[in-house]
Amino acid sequence: MEATQAIPVKYDMDVVRWFTIMAVIYLVVGTLLGVYIASELAWPFLNFDIPYITFGRLRPLHTNAVIFAFGGCTLMATGYYMVQRTGATKLWSNGLAWFTFWGWNLIIVLAVITLPLGMTQGKEYAELEWPIDLLIAVVWLAFGFNHIMTVAIRKSSHIYVSNWFTMSMIIMITYLHVVNSLAIPVSLTKSYSIYSGVQDAMIQWWWGHNAVGFYLTAGFLGIMYYFVPKQANRPVFSYRLSVLHFWALTFGYVWLGAHHLQYTALPDWTGSLGAAISLAMIIPSWGGAMNGMMTLSGAWDRLRTDYILRFLVVSLAFYAMSTFEGPVMSIKTVNALSHYTDWTIGHVHSGALGWVAMVSMGAIYHMVKKLWHTEMYSDSLVNVHFWLATIGAVIYVVAMWVSGIMQGLMWRDYDEYGALTYTFVESVSAMHPYYAMRAIGGVIYNLGAWIMLYNVVMTVRQASAARGTNAVPAKA
Amino acid sequence: MSNHDKIYSTRLQDKLERSTVLLFVVAALAVAVAGIVEIVPLFYIDSTMTHLSPNVKDSQKKAGDTAPIVWNRKLGQTLDDWKPGDGVRPYKPLELAGREVYIREGCYLCHSQMIRPFRDEKDRYGHYSVSSESMYDHPFQWGSKRTGPDLARVGGKYSDEWHRRHLRYPREVVPESVMPNFFWLENTKVDAGNVADTMKVMRKMPFYPSPYTDADIASAKGAVEGKTELDAVIAYLQGLGNHIKFTEGVNYRD
Repeated sequence: MEATQAIPVKYDMDVVRWFTIMAVIYLVVGTLLGVYIASELAWPFLNFDIPYITFGRLRPLHTNAVIFAFGGCTLMATGYYMVQRTGATKLWSNGLAWFTFWGWNLIIVLAVITLPLGMTQGKEYAELEWPIDLLIAVVWLAFGFNHIMTVAIRKSSHIYVSNWFTMSMIIMITYLHVVNSLAIPVSLTKSYSIYSGVQDAMIQWWWGHNAVGFYLTAGFLGIMYYFVPKQANRPVFSYRLSVLHFWALTFGYVWLGAHHLQYTALPDWTGSLGAAISLAMIIPSWGGAMNGMMTLSGAWDRLRTDYILRFLVVSLAFYAMSTFEGPVMSIKTVNALSHYTDWTIGHVHSGALGWVAMVSMGAIYHMVKKLWHTEMYSDSLVNVHFWLATIGAVIYVVAMWVSGIMQGLMWRDYDEYGALTYTFVESVSAMHPYYAMRAIGGVIYNLGAWIMLYNVVMTVRQASAARGTNAVPAKA
Repeated sequence: MSNHDKIYSTRLQDKLERSTVLLFVVAALAVAVAGIVEIVPLFYIDSTMTHLSPNVKDSQKKAGDTAPIVWNRKLGQTLDDWKPGDGVRPYKPLELAGREVYIREGCYLCHSQMIRPFRDEKDRYGHYSVSSESMYDHPFQWGSKRTGPDLARVGGKYSDEWHRRHLRYPREVVPESVMPNFFWLENTKVDAGNVADTMKVMRKMPFYPSPYTDADIASAKGAVEGKTELDAVIAYLQGLGNHIKFTEGVNYRD
């Protein structure tokens, strides 16, 4: 370590800066789209009879914007940042990194154009049509190759834990994307999956759950293992726990997809296997959450003054909560009630809004300060953002818990004569207040994102202005 | 001994952490296992598919049920010779066009097509769905959310006219509905060339190809002539769920 301090290492951070800025922009856009489609379900006139903005076309755009645009830019920003800092080396190829930046953003632009036009493969979270799928594969492999080669040229003896998680994400997402997206084109803008029915369902949820498990969990756990210790200025609580966490998650998470298909036409053995491993996953998930939380032991007082640390800690609380909720929902008797309802949507968002986005926000605030060598433009706005994000997420999740469980109970309710108590549409109208409440939670969350964008832009401007005046002495 | 040489875990873990290649290979193997165990057998184990399952066959035999699960098409028969209950068949040209619109408009995001074996779902939607019913569905449309009701057996439940009014302006028929209006589907005619191309693609599928004959594909032009996208969606919905004649007492789940 002494050696690295003595020799100043220059990193390739420009590409990281741009990925960071884009991540914040996509956070605003993605959550805004979410608010809009949530509102369409509460007030259907908002579809305005315009095909391009109906719920069915905008919903894939929302999921793609938050997962692949916001999540992707965050993962690539932090991935390139961590792999350089932990390995004390520049990127293997700065040029390839810029290729991934432009390539990934091109994909997002193409998604924004094609999804509202109704060009879709019709598989959840894998809607983009085949030419874009090919582009995703190329850019993803470029990112993966660059990351792994940078790991290979590191100056440290061991590979840091964050990079294990990023590496397993790179491998798994490659498998998933390639296998799930195989399709035969009818035209440039339309193709059909080569799989059908029950096999397609299993492959789709193997993809769907592991997009969550690796893209949105392993990738962001990598972020957690770097930024929590950095921000708390303490070492990771337990190295051994991180080894256990990593291998259990890498091996175990992949089995979970089948729990999305309980009681369907998927054979029972597959669903039961998925549910059994889901339950077992509570242990490594909570181990990891504890590992992150306990990293703060001895530094808990800093939560009073360090708003960035608040994001990271609350994200771990949401991670623990949703990794408990998920296995519970995979139990057959619970799943019988929760499947097809808003409970699932609530679960996804406690993970997405609470865990993924909050840990990202913490990491991005941390990085912005380091990348531009400055303090935040306003620390109190970071605090305001923290509260808006937390309150918005809680309102959203609570609304969906209530509506989901209500739906499940109404659908299965029988009256004293042995007839179904409620028609389907009675359950739809009963959801209205909760859909409105969900939209309000989303607005609050989105407001926080706008504040973050403002704060980050002002910080960068402030840093650039300061650098402008000091340009000569700094270079000398 | 410096910190760099000390082993904090096991020798194997330490080795992996020092080697990019080893870590990569072991991680790549670890994440591959579940997919191989859970997915690959679904292509080979007979009991996965209702029409291949020995147990379903036994159960049908015991109940004296001779209804076919998959349509056994005789030479010279056209798709129009099929009657409800004759077994699962590939989509007719207009239905296939409607299905494309169904996917395009993201209907599957709010409507499932997978009835679970529960009393309330039987009373609300009908007999539970079986795997062979979606064998020609590239991609599957089981869905994951019921913002609207399940559609797996919606075929024949309402008249064409009801569907037309409901799809055009859902709240005219069901005031509490939150479904978007789809009256504008009437403005576009179905493209016959595209339907024929889609049929050709479905026939080429490596898994469960639709057994279309050349005559079926040639018939597409006449079948969709002058039809709008709204007509196509209605045809698709009306063909859902009535392919198999289910017999009381037969266990269709393995």
